[in-house]
Amino acid sequence: MKWLLVAIIAICNTLGDVLNTAGMKRQGEVQDLRPQTLAWMVRRAVVNPYVIAGIAAMAVSFFALLSLLSIANVSFAVPATAASYLLETLLAKYVLGEDVRTRRWAAATLVAAGVVLLQF
Amino acid sequence: MNANGNRKTQLLVLLVVVSNVLGNVSLSHGMQQVGRIVSASPFDYLKAFTNPWTAAGICILAIWMLCDLALLSRADLSFVLPVTASAYVLVALFGKILLHEHISWLRWLGIVLITGGVVLAEETPTRTTKGPPEHLI
Repeated sequence: MKWLLVAIIAICNTLGDVLNTAGMKRQGEVQDLRPQTLAWMVRRAVVNPYVIAGIAAMAVSFFALLSLLSIANVSFAVPATAASYLLETLLAKYVLGEDVRTRRWAAATLVAAGVVLLQF
Repeated sequence: MNANGNRKTQLLVLLVVVSNVLGNVSLSHGMQQVGRIVSASPFDYLKAFTNPWTAAGICILAIWMLCDLALLSRADLSFVLPVTASAYVLVALFGKILLHEHISWLRWLGIVLITGGVVLAEETPTRTTKGPPEHLI
C-alpha cells in the first residue's frame, strides 16, 4: 500500500509539473505579485486546459500524500518525489524543449541523491 | 532576462520554498494528530481538515501553488526543480534547530548534495525557452 501511494505521488507530481509549466508558459510571464496580477493569473489559469489537467494531477498526488502521511511518517513521504526529479528533468528537456546541459543534469542528480540520503 | 526580472524570479523562488516548508510541516503535524486515513472518498478527508494544523497547512499550500504557477510562468522547470529543493535542506535544519532532531552523517551528506545541486542550478539561466513550448505539448 505504501509503495503504491509512493508511485502515485511520483507519477502525478511529474505530470502535474510538466503540464503546469506548459500551461503557464502559454499564459505569459507573471510580472509582479500584486493581488490584481495574481487574480488575472488565476482567471486565465482556470480556463487553461494544461493548468486544469496539471492541478488535477497534483490534487491526486496531494490526496495520495495525505494518505501516506497518515500511515507513515514524513521521512517516508518526502523521498516519494525523489524519483521524479530525473524523470521531470528528462521531460523538461525533450517535451518542454528546455536547454538542459551538464550543470542542470548534475543539479538534478545531486538533488535526487541527496533526497534519498535524507532518509537515513 | 534583465537583472530586475531575475530578481523577481529569485523572489518567487524564495516564496515557493518558504511556503512549501511551512505548509508541509504544518500539514504533516496535523495528519499525525488525525491518524490513519487511506480512502478514495474525499469525505473521509473532510474530517482531517477540521484539525487546525491540517487546515493551516492546506491554506499555506494553496499560496504555494499560486507562487509555483507564477514562478513556472517565468522560469524553466529544469531550473525550478533543483532550486526549490532547498526546501528539503530547510526542513532538515528546522528539525535540528527547533525539534533538536538528530541528523546522522548520511543526512548531512544528503543536505550537502542538495545544497550543491541548488548552487549548480542557480548558475544556469532561469529561462532558456522563448514563448510557449511548440512541439509535442
